[in-house]
Amino acid sequence: MAPFVKPSEAELERRRTIQINDETVTNISSTDFPGHYPGEDNSWSFETFKNTFRVEHHYLTPAESSFSLIGADAAIANALRRILISEIPTLAIETVYVYNNTSVIQDEVLCHRLGLIPFTGSKKGIREFLRWRRKAEDGTPGPVYDYNTVQLRLQVECTRNPSAAPDEREPTKLYHHAHVYARDIEFVPAGRQADLFQAPEDIIRPVNPDILVAKLRPGQVIDLQMHMHKGVGADHAKFSPVATASYRLLPTITITRPILGRDADKFARCFPRGVIALERVSAAEANTPGSGYEGHEGEKKAVVADPMKDTVSRECLRHPEFEGKVKLGRRRDHFIFSIESTGQWDSDELLLEAIKTMKKKCERLEKQVINMVR
Amino acid sequence: MPGRTDEETNADVRMEEDGAPTSHQPDNEEEFEDAQQFPEEEDEEDDSEQRVRILPGSTDSAASFEFRNENHTLGNALRYIIMKNPDVEFCAYSIPHPSEPLMNLRIQTYDGTAVAALSKGLKDLQDMCDHMFEEFSRTRDAFLNEMRD
Repeated sequence: MAPFVKPSEAELERRRTIQINDETVTNISSTDFPGHYPGEDNSWSFETFKNTFRVEHHYLTPAESSFSLIGADAAIANALRRILISEIPTLAIETVYVYNNTSVIQDEVLCHRLGLIPFTGSKKGIREFLRWRRKAEDGTPGPVYDYNTVQLRLQVECTRNPSAAPDEREPTKLYHHAHVYARDIEFVPAGRQADLFQAPEDIIRPVNPDILVAKLRPGQVIDLQMHMHKGVGADHAKFSPVATASYRLLPTITITRPILGRDADKFARCFPRGVIALERVSAAEANTPGSGYEGHEGEKKAVVADPMKDTVSRECLRHPEFEGKVKLGRRRDHFIFSIESTGQWDSDELLLEAIKTMKKKCERLEKQVINMVR
Repeated sequence: MPGRTDEETNADVRMEEDGAPTSHQPDNEEEFEDAQQFPEEEDEEDDSEQRVRILPGSTDSAASFEFRNENHTLGNALRYIIMKNPDVEFCAYSIPHPSEPLMNLRIQTYDGTAVAALSKGLKDLQDMCDHMFEEFSRTRDAFLNEMRD
């Protein structure tokens, strides 16, 4: 067999750029498969992947993170995004036992609100100690133990505040417990939970204590008990560990012919701030024949400073003066992820967990395939 | 969902009888003692149930597989990695119906069996995951160090 041919750098650049035209998007699908280009080797190679795959971090806090995965296919990036949203387990309120609720908010609405409150606590306790609540033989929810259920309690009664000023109008000053907040929810440890979830660091608590759950007036009572279980986002959004997990492709802006003077100012205004910078045409450039800068020394020219900030609004394609001077595109294998955690996981742990989950899925299926053939 | 309503009612009744939810019963000390021996963590998802099968009409080199409880997440990733195999002539996946938890995968090969291509795909995906994990952890630690300085 003839040796494999290597495509030129320009050709590779063309292949990894999705073209964004004024009315259409072209060169959309990946073509890096064996057999697509005659004579080329596009087969999977772990070595090649090792050399080409890169990660760049842009921003990282426990609550939010942004990073680029470079050199992965959309199929992989999308699998990770989907796993982040729907397959990483978290703990959330699943059952609410309402003993008394005389507030104006209906039982079912109140329960739904409670379910959506994100909680956190000892990572070790939640991830290693707590298990799924298994189903019983007949399909009904199985028994609850300290290792699969976390109990919470919410008991509030609104009363008048006798020491309030006579002309006070503000309900929170006029009454005690006029507002019920997430911080009023109490953790009730059972069994070994008392050791694992100790205050203040490891106790099971709402991520944000200031979430408003309900409003009360004197005489109104909320008295309920809650059971938290582990679940996944595929079952209910309250179990999703992320508020958002999304990616976008890196925008590319190529200025093919010089944009100078007042056009350059206008060009820069077609993009979000910081995407296009203005520089002076240097003497060397002005003296290079065929550069397009001849006789423009000292004039302003538009240069691409930071395409990552671009929103790809395509505004620059609407103006006739830029026609044929600029090309917009997106880099096919550069995924700018943005992950916002709900608080039970740190945002940087989430992607690692997603990768682990994907690997575990493959391992399980590999066993299944062996079983199937047997 | 009538099933769901029923179980909720039962739970409520049980609660009233006991005076406390079942997880709150310290009277049954054995329950907690027993719980020291956890069921195996890895077996959380029932592995005994066969979730992959070959659809009828398949041959060695051209086969369709049906995956239960899988979706686009693995379907598309698997399709991509299997298409990267030079022995594979064709690979595609589909979700036949959105309300069934099924994913179908079709593999046709030039060389070797479709099952072998599927196994190789799953292995390659795992290698890929391993490298992505390492690379992400490494760059994250470097980034955090950089931020601290």
